[in-house]
Amino acid sequence: MRKQNPREVYGRTLVELGREDTRIVVLEADLSKSTMSCYFEQAYPDRYFEMGIAEANMTSFAAGLSLVGKIPFTNSFATFAAGRAYDQIRQGICIPGLNVKIVGSSSGLSDFGDGSTHQAVEDAAIMRSIPNMTVLVPCDGIETRKMTRAMARYHGPVYMRLNRDDMPDLFPEEEEYVIGKPYLIRQGSDGVVFANGIMVSKAVEAAEALSALGVSTRVVDVSTLKPVDEGALRELAEGMSGMVTAEEHTLIGGLGSVVADVFKGSGIPLRCMGINDRFGQSARSYAELLAEYGLTAGHIESDVLEVIGRRGS
Amino acid sequence: MGTRDVGSLERTARRLRLHIVHMMGVGQKGHLGGSCSMAEVVTALYFSKMRHDPANPTWEGRDRFLLSKGHAALVQYAALAESGYFPSELLPTTKALGSLLQGHPDMKLTPGVEANTGSLGQGLSIACGMAAGLRLDGRANRVYCIVGDGEMAEGQIWEAAMAASFYKLDNLVGILDRNGLMATGPIIDRFDTNPVAEKWRAFGWEVLEVDGHSFPAILEALDRVDGMTGKPKMIIARTVKGCGISFAEGVAAFHNGVLDAEQYERARGELGEGKR
Repeated sequence: MRKQNPREVYGRTLVELGREDTRIVVLEADLSKSTMSCYFEQAYPDRYFEMGIAEANMTSFAAGLSLVGKIPFTNSFATFAAGRAYDQIRQGICIPGLNVKIVGSSSGLSDFGDGSTHQAVEDAAIMRSIPNMTVLVPCDGIETRKMTRAMARYHGPVYMRLNRDDMPDLFPEEEEYVIGKPYLIRQGSDGVVFANGIMVSKAVEAAEALSALGVSTRVVDVSTLKPVDEGALRELAEGMSGMVTAEEHTLIGGLGSVVADVFKGSGIPLRCMGINDRFGQSARSYAELLAEYGLTAGHIESDVLEVIGRRGS
Repeated sequence: MGTRDVGSLERTARRLRLHIVHMMGVGQKGHLGGSCSMAEVVTALYFSKMRHDPANPTWEGRDRFLLSKGHAALVQYAALAESGYFPSELLPTTKALGSLLQGHPDMKLTPGVEANTGSLGQGLSIACGMAAGLRLDGRANRVYCIVGDGEMAEGQIWEAAMAASFYKLDNLVGILDRNGLMATGPIIDRFDTNPVAEKWRAFGWEVLEVDGHSFPAILEALDRVDGMTGKPKMIIARTVKGCGISFAEGVAAFHNGVLDAEQYERARGELGEGKR
């Protein structure tokens, strides 16, 4: 299966957008070689703003650019983009609903070596709690490209959470991407896994292993955390014996919370998998960290068996 | 372009102060001090210097005005009403539930307000972004942004100061309301942000210092900075917090204070209510 790096795809897509629309401007806080905003800098230096290591100013500066008709994309690591600049996003951008795009790179545990300071485990929850904000988490390079283009078309504040690692292509290439829509990645009839980001590929792996056990597992990419299409989620859960959510994010306020809110009282068994109220830490590899935090295909597999009542069968 | 007649501007500034007192009302908290300290500067901008069209608040050719110290919204609301952005009958609804006039500037609700400010330190960054965007489009609009001397403690002010000089935003004019008082007392005792002129110069800005209650001085400074290119400009306006209302002048308690019935009448009297 082809793998692509979402940062790489994002950086190239910004250049495409910049070519198509001169209103696109890009701001960076000295991480351009990592967020890959460097491609835009090479292509359109006049519309590129190196803001130095000053995320607060970068974010409010972007608000100002949007107020004179530009479509700014701000870039940093997710924990700084969403955390350090939280108040700037809330006050100057979300209250008036300005057309600013905030891109949090190296999210989750994907910046494995740098440890807890650089690993965003709560960024999506913070962004999701702000009125007027849209929160997106792509599952692969294909979706990253479509999503980046959709963000530019949409008028209003958007936060996109990007992984640092290469990701296998899963999103249907021919499918039109629409903000808000959950996407069926793999059909199944016994249980459903609602996942986003890197956990979509883990869910597909789990579904493959489960099919060898005679269990048919549906995998849904819930790449829009907000706004939630409740009707679409309910439809995708119809006839399922159980549901699992999988996210590389704290369980507090992320995808698990979204799904639990939608299905409360439904009677469908649900297990939420994610980071259990802990910070990240350094490790020698990303895989090692994902295992430490219980974010593997094996964990999804066992949770699916649990919710559909096939444990030990 | 408005008037250069100092007498007329002085009368307008007095009317703005009266509006501020009306918005304060009796027994309600309001940011009287830092609104009154900016009455002359705001009058000079709205009624003399700035290109703007109250009948068309989103006119592309307008200069932009941002109140980074958003708590002084009362003085901006007074100027917007006097300019004709909305009827002055709306002013007494300030801070009432459902009013167009919020406690801090809200661009979605109030005609003529350009951005949401009030979380201190952010307005200057927004002004920088506007100035950069306008320049990118080759537009000649100027961006004026009022900051407070208490606000100088916010680190983001200095991030913005560096960005403005790095990007040579000479279409940006900052005005520092140097009234010397923060919410809880004198800046020199509580948290000293001095020396201000040296700091702004060190951050690469052109700096002018003026008497912030003298129209000839303010107008001269606003004109002078037009001719300065290659750098952002900061006009340090030496002001008195609560200026124009004798018992509030230099009194920190009127940063966000309350007028009792007697003070309300006294303030109106001092401002010549009924003597236009």
